[in-house]
Amino acid sequence: MQTHKAKQVAITIEAPMERRLRAAIEEAGVTGYSILPVLGGSGRSGPWSAEGQVGLAGGMVQVSCIIRPDRLDGLLESVFSVVERHIGVVTVTDCDVLRAERF
Amino acid sequence: MDGFLSLAASNLGSPLILSFVLGVVAALGRSDLVFPEAAAKALSIYLLFAIGMKGGVSVAEHGIDLRLGTSVLTGVILSAAMPLVAFWLLQIMTRLDRVNAAAVSAHYGSISIVTFVAGTSVLESAGMTSDGFMVAVAAAMEAPAILSALWLISRGGSGATVDADLWREILLNGSIVLLVGAFAIGMIVGKEGMAEIESFFVAPFKGALCLFLLDMGLVAGRGLRRSRDVLTPGLLAFGLLMPLIGGMAGAMGGLLIGLPTGSLFLMMILAASASYIAVPAAMRVAVPEADPGIYLTLSLGITFPFNLTLGLPIYLAIARAISGG
Repeated sequence: MQTHKAKQVAITIEAPMERRLRAAIEEAGVTGYSILPVLGGSGRSGPWSAEGQVGLAGGMVQVSCIIRPDRLDGLLESVFSVVERHIGVVTVTDCDVLRAERF
Repeated sequence: MDGFLSLAASNLGSPLILSFVLGVVAALGRSDLVFPEAAAKALSIYLLFAIGMKGGVSVAEHGIDLRLGTSVLTGVILSAAMPLVAFWLLQIMTRLDRVNAAAVSAHYGSISIVTFVAGTSVLESAGMTSDGFMVAVAAAMEAPAILSALWLISRGGSGATVDADLWREILLNGSIVLLVGAFAIGMIVGKEGMAEIESFFVAPFKGALCLFLLDMGLVAGRGLRRSRDVLTPGLLAFGLLMPLIGGMAGAMGGLLIGLPTGSLFLMMILAASASYIAVPAAMRVAVPEADPGIYLTLSLGITFPFNLTLGLPIYLAIARAISGG
């Protein structure tokens, strides 16, 4: 089956920053993305868990989107303004999609 | 002294505190007891709505007077001033840098609504009443402390700023909207309106608070378990001393405006408690350099349990002694 090259960008960031990150992604012209809860993990400050958090402050979310390769630089520039000072990870992965017109 | 000891004993033996202790013990013992996140959220909405509504109904019954305005103003001044005291104390007692000290002090100017709700329950058990408008005072005290802390940080040359989005998030955070909204509904519908829904919002209130405090005990216990790397003797001493200083500041403010014993007690609780919901979220956005492990451990793992177990009877005994109630 015919597939098309695309980029998957996954941004794991603190939950209080989620709305700002969504705005930055949309500002870069990306309208399709998914937001996933992060259950827990471990980082430079040690292990943490979403379990029993009473507020947004201690939680993380992952925002994931798939875009055409030519849109990557614009998206990363926009996202960087939000994630620059904050805890989080940004990864870019090559992937293939079936319906290129959707991205 | 006897009065205080009997108050303390009755507080420690109440279902509310015992539920909290169960949660702490379960978390410290690494039990797999987990409170579903959605259930905790639903319970907190229920409690905030119920307490806001009760306050509004009480104001509708007794009418609005000048004390409402002076109490809100006193609360705002306390909330803005306590971070300055906390910041000064932290600089003397700990080695925290300016950013972390300011972030911690923001938590001690703002309030813990759960401690406030537990305080209203203690008042009821003691057969005492308070002014309904203290709910509005609680809502007004959430935000000013954040601005004081950001001012402290900016004085050190750091670039902590509050943009329009953050302003909106601080002023319209869920607990403020619920408290103020339910308070307004209570004022509009009055006692007759409340009678229609009191079987849901009044009778089961203490039971729901027990379950919520069980969850808070689990959260505080987990915080304590993780606190070994963060807590120094100076920070621990601060977490226990600061609520007492806040309580005394609240007492002075309340006395100055002539609050009766029950409301004076609640003003002390508001000034003594530390935020762990609204302020941490604001600090993560405005001051990401500050370590959440420090401020969450202090407010949730040290000050909250202290206030709930020993603080409440201490504040009630002081409120009674100085107001003659």
